[in-house]
Amino acid sequence: MTTTQPPWAKALALSIIILGVFLLSWHLFVLSKQGPAVKMDPELAELLGPTAKGKSAIPSPADVGKEIWGHITNPFYDAGPNDKGIGIQLAYSIARVLTGFFLAALIAVPLGFLIGMSNVAQRALDPFIQLLKPVSPLAWMPLALYTIKDSETSSIFVIFICSIWPMLINTTFGVANVRREWLNVARTLEVSSWRTAFRVILPAAAPTILTGMRISIGIAWLVIVAAEMLVGGTGIGYFVWNEWNNLSITGVISAIFFIGVVGMLLDLALARAGRLVAYVE
Amino acid sequence: MTDKPIIQVQGLEKSFPTPNEKSSTQVFGDIWFDVHEGEFVCLIGHSGCGKTTMLNILAGLDKPTNGVVLVDRKDVRGPSLDRAVIFQGHALMPWMTAMANIDFAVSSRWPEKSREERRAHCQEFIDLVHLTGAETKKPSQLSGGMRQRVGIARALAIEPRIMLMDEPFSALDALTRGSLQDELVSIVHARKQTSFMITHDIDEAILLADRIVLMTNGPEARVCEIVENTLPKPRSRTNLHMHPNYYPMRNHLIEFLVNRSKNFKEEIASASYDPKKPPVARPMAADTTAALAAPQTIAM
Ligand SMILES: Nc1ncnc2c1ncn2[C@@H]1O[C@H](COP(=O)(O)OP(=O)(O)OP(=O)(O)O)[C@@H](O)[C@H]1O
Ligand SMILES: [Mg+2]
Repeated sequence: MTTTQPPWAKALALSIIILGVFLLSWHLFVLSKQGPAVKMDPELAELLGPTAKGKSAIPSPADVGKEIWGHITNPFYDAGPNDKGIGIQLAYSIARVLTGFFLAALIAVPLGFLIGMSNVAQRALDPFIQLLKPVSPLAWMPLALYTIKDSETSSIFVIFICSIWPMLINTTFGVANVRREWLNVARTLEVSSWRTAFRVILPAAAPTILTGMRISIGIAWLVIVAAEMLVGGTGIGYFVWNEWNNLSITGVISAIFFIGVVGMLLDLALARAGRLVAYVE
Repeated sequence: MTDKPIIQVQGLEKSFPTPNEKSSTQVFGDIWFDVHEGEFVCLIGHSGCGKTTMLNILAGLDKPTNGVVLVDRKDVRGPSLDRAVIFQGHALMPWMTAMANIDFAVSSRWPEKSREERRAHCQEFIDLVHLTGAETKKPSQLSGGMRQRVGIARALAIEPRIMLMDEPFSALDALTRGSLQDELVSIVHARKQTSFMITHDIDEAILLADRIVLMTNGPEARVCEIVENTLPKPRSRTNLHMHPNYYPMRNHLIEFLVNRSKNFKEEIASASYDPKKPPVARPMAADTTAALAAPQTIAM
């Protein structure tokens, strides 16, 4: 019996096949690297890591799966500063990203509004924005640590500085490019500037502003991992660094998986928000 | 129609700087005409002669280089709720529903009205333009004709003294345009709405206008002539061409668009032309035989 499947079913089937092929080749690769076990004192072998036990240095998909499952089933344990559940670490990182991101939005959106409304302001501020935008946010870290003297606030500051540019640029662009016609409608109706700003300019520019926010949160999530590796203490970036120091590749790979998942969810949330303000001309 | 002018255009000129900013090109100049209370005036001219520019100045959205526009003998300083504008594109806010678009105008006009009062008021105008049932649709979900209707309802809903319309039907197909023209005729007639409309379409002008201002080609466009519509009111699209004066009117306007609009400079050189009092034409059937001949040519 043949039934025509909807395209999404075909795509899903293909995704599963791709995942299967990937996991299988990974598994076979790990098997091929496995050498004979050297006879030695089990305690010494434990110290020397998995290679000494004849296992490959690269963990198998099953090992990583087990580790991920372990994190999922027990995400919030806290056994001292160097051993916290991944849920706690992710929560630290997400909290920092969201704080920096919202502070940036609080400044970038109103400022972008003002710049977008004035041709002069746009030209005057453009060189500064163009100069600061391409600077890697991590380059600000030493300056932040020196002036703020607090690692927590410094990492939030770094998130703030990297999220502000896409939002500022997109808000400015969106506001400056509101169709003249709509503004003329508001003018012929003698609508006040405030009401024009909120009822006409903001909704007209909202999709562009939301796109800027989506870019910002993506960059912020990229940057937080690196920032936490530098600063240490807590967070998913520190977790990765810690696993690396413990030579636990399994831990590193499962952390990568969780970083990907959270990044995807953040992006999805903003894509949803973007759809709420989208309009068809 | 009374003799009281609402709009007085006096010596209006608009120039734009040329790209090198050294000099400027005059789009039109020395434009004089009036629009009276309850009157419907159409402006006809070729593309690019400055019609939209002129309408924007009448609306107060743009400033003239020279001359003034008086409304009720007062200088136009900026846009006003007394002058509603229907734009060349429909200019609806795409994120608002049809109702919200009209309500945006109504709440600007009467901020003190309650939500229920505004709703009832908007509904009245939605019904007037036959859009009942489409209140909650966004512009993207409406057809071109429906969008233009929302635009008309939005302009009418603020009960303006003057309606300014910039080719409101030019983007529509002939059938839709026809039915919207019929609706506009009846609305404007019932409300004695003072209106100023720009158009390319000769039949539209003959159907709607009491007077037709003919504008020559730009740059340096002038008012060539003002044509009084000799067809009696009420006019309708179905019986318009039956009247003996229809062909004289139509031929006069076509003659203008085809020939006179571009040869106007030679024309004024040979005649006494006073820009403050442009010549008035009243094209009419010369005699009864010509009058009877016209409908027969149609019947064939
Ligand atoms: N902001 C501007 N700067 C320079 N030139 C302009 C500007 N706006 C209009 N023009 C010029 O003025 C002339 C008249 O333009 P306008 O839009 O008024 O024409 P129009 O008669 O409405 O034409 P159409 O029938 O195609 O709508 C055009 O030649 C145009 O290039
Ligand atoms: Mg135009």
